[in-house]
Amino acid sequence: MPVKRTDKTPMPHREAAVRAHDFEEVNEGYCFAHAMFEAERCLRCQDPVCIDGCPVRVPIADFMHAIAAGDMKKASELLRTANPLAAICGRVCPQESQCEMQCHMTKRFGPVAIGHLERYVSDWEMQQPIEGEPLQPWREQKIAIVGSGPSGLVCAGELARMGYPVTVYEALHAPGGVLRYGIPEFRLPNSILDWEIASLERLGVEFVNNVIIGKTLTLDQLFGELGYAAVFVGTGAGLPKFMGIPGESLNGVYSANEFLTRINLMQAFQFPQAETPLKVGNRVAVIGSGNTAMDAVRSALRLGAEQAMVVYRRSENEMTARVEEYQHAIEEGVEFHWLTNPIEVLGEDGWVTGLRCVKMKLGEPDESGRARPIPIEGSEFIFPVDNVVLSIGTRPNPLLAKTTPGLKTHSWGGLLVDERQVETSVHRVYAGGDAVTGAATVILAAGAGKRAAEAIHADLAADQPQPA
Amino acid sequence: MVKIVEKRQLTPITKLYRVEAPLIARAARAGQFVIVRVREGGERIPLTITDYDRDSGLLTIVVQEVGATTRRLGLLEEGEEILDMVGPLGEAPEIPAGGHIVGVGGGYGSAALLCLMRELKERGERTTIIMGAREKELLILADELAAICDNLEICTDDGSAGFKGFVTERLQQMIDGGPPGYPDYVIAIGPMPMMRAVEKTTAAAGVACAASLDPLMIDGTGMCGGCRVTIDGEVKFACVDGPFFDAHQVDFDEAVQRSKMYTKEEQQAAECQRAAAGAA
Repeated sequence: MPVKRTDKTPMPHREAAVRAHDFEEVNEGYCFAHAMFEAERCLRCQDPVCIDGCPVRVPIADFMHAIAAGDMKKASELLRTANPLAAICGRVCPQESQCEMQCHMTKRFGPVAIGHLERYVSDWEMQQPIEGEPLQPWREQKIAIVGSGPSGLVCAGELARMGYPVTVYEALHAPGGVLRYGIPEFRLPNSILDWEIASLERLGVEFVNNVIIGKTLTLDQLFGELGYAAVFVGTGAGLPKFMGIPGESLNGVYSANEFLTRINLMQAFQFPQAETPLKVGNRVAVIGSGNTAMDAVRSALRLGAEQAMVVYRRSENEMTARVEEYQHAIEEGVEFHWLTNPIEVLGEDGWVTGLRCVKMKLGEPDESGRARPIPIEGSEFIFPVDNVVLSIGTRPNPLLAKTTPGLKTHSWGGLLVDERQVETSVHRVYAGGDAVTGAATVILAAGAGKRAAEAIHADLAADQPQPA
Repeated sequence: MVKIVEKRQLTPITKLYRVEAPLIARAARAGQFVIVRVREGGERIPLTITDYDRDSGLLTIVVQEVGATTRRLGLLEEGEEILDMVGPLGEAPEIPAGGHIVGVGGGYGSAALLCLMRELKERGERTTIIMGAREKELLILADELAAICDNLEICTDDGSAGFKGFVTERLQQMIDGGPPGYPDYVIAIGPMPMMRAVEKTTAAAGVACAASLDPLMIDGTGMCGGCRVTIDGEVKFACVDGPFFDAHQVDFDEAVQRSKMYTKEEQQAAECQRAAAGAA
């Protein structure tokens, strides 16, 4: 009987000093022995509660048993049936606040590394030879998916498995949505995303890039001349927020969306061979504390910044990024300035030269339930910086709602959905993911895509004439 | 992939393309734009829609070779394909009805006036186009523009064709009562200094003026915010809120400054392109 570790089997990763200068993946993944050893740490609870922490309810206990038994094929089937984006979620899910938080091991020890094992098994799956013929749709009713981010991909995959002909429309020149333009390759390599998309194509899903629903084609045209029976809207939350402080239009100020899109979608890190440039100076301040802020600040380091820092008005406790990203950022040399609120971007000749900030202290909880940051009088100071990247959140993209009469939204832009949380105010138009909830996680979007697929299937079946 | 069915050289550095883009041609409205990408690893650049034909599904764009991407685009011939094209993007301008509408085009900006001014005339407006260029050889689409408006006024800096002087001088003559008459509404499309000058001229006379801004852009759907411009103190995204704005409310200083953000990198990309061409 091997001795069990009290903590997670550590994820092998590349040296911080090396990886902080390239865009190769940071985590190297478990080997077989790591995976077996870690799966053995699972207590095999009679009443596993880890599944309650998973938005798509992966049968984690069964999955652990399959790994421990060395049956990776079974493990991958269990995983993929529940989570069609397992290879992605194994890399980007905030497990510490979901499945791993529920794990009984956490009562005395570290949780089972469910996320690392999810990644191990999906990486195993990617190594396997492709078997069988691509799937052909066998149903009549066509479904259109608007947007190829996580919710759209999952919805498309689920419907294709049910036999529907599915077309995914993407506004950009490559599919994946935020998985493509937002998450950097050092966290989620494009090859993983490409593999997930190729798998969907083998299920019969058709991808059409460079088409903006609401601009190139209207929702009416999708139903009318193109003959779709239902439409799923997964247009995400891609509209960047700005702070509204002076100096935000100076050269050298970016939204995190722009900063990351230039890098991830347009490959600015290969400039000038790739032709989209990105100006990264020696000192970069990223405002915000979410995963996007971590992605931006670590990208800045990789593009040559000598000083890359996170500036956040609340404290470390209120930080919303995944713990692993935060740890990796610290290892790589990112500076963190907590309780620091930017109040003005300073410039000279139109270019950023500094960031004026004020120190904050925490007061009573605000409407978000988090301690309200309060400025400390007389504590203003200036960070000399060359770039400021704003990562203070995004809102749902208003483009489709703006051009679609009858498609109702909340005042903050999120699409209104019915009590099943799937159908919008327009008949047979469904929605999910960030477009409905505002900026959230890949796994919540995946769950919404899955729920919508089930609802579409049920609603379309009810539409069909019943045999007499 | 978008197939090129016609290519015309308008000036040594300006080319007109008609391409098969049926979905865009059907949805397009005058004043909107497309974003194209010419090769893998290439930039996404916005180009104004010069014209569209819903029946044939053909879209006309005019490209001036100013950087690596436009030069690469300029190398494409009839029968070849543009890698990516998405659109139509932006909003068509809302031009008030009635009165004398004057479109002012500078350089290749004149091309963008084609379908816009034609539609205004078809709507029953009295229309004049003032188009300007350094010299006669750099004037583009003069015949086509003459055919779709009531008056075409040509200006060249050197006097080699039409009025000798800037478009703003010609516009000032009209404001001062010269033919073809006082402008009630002016639409400026062209290089930033020209649009700025048109704004000044119209502001002094209290004439309404719209300018078509073309800041740096990536996605064109409101996602990156790179194209933000300040309009009457408020930040707007040119890709979704524009490209047309009330010229009198545009912060041109900021827009000019932002347009220069990557001047150095653009040269670097162009050099890299020349080096690659030399090696081939």
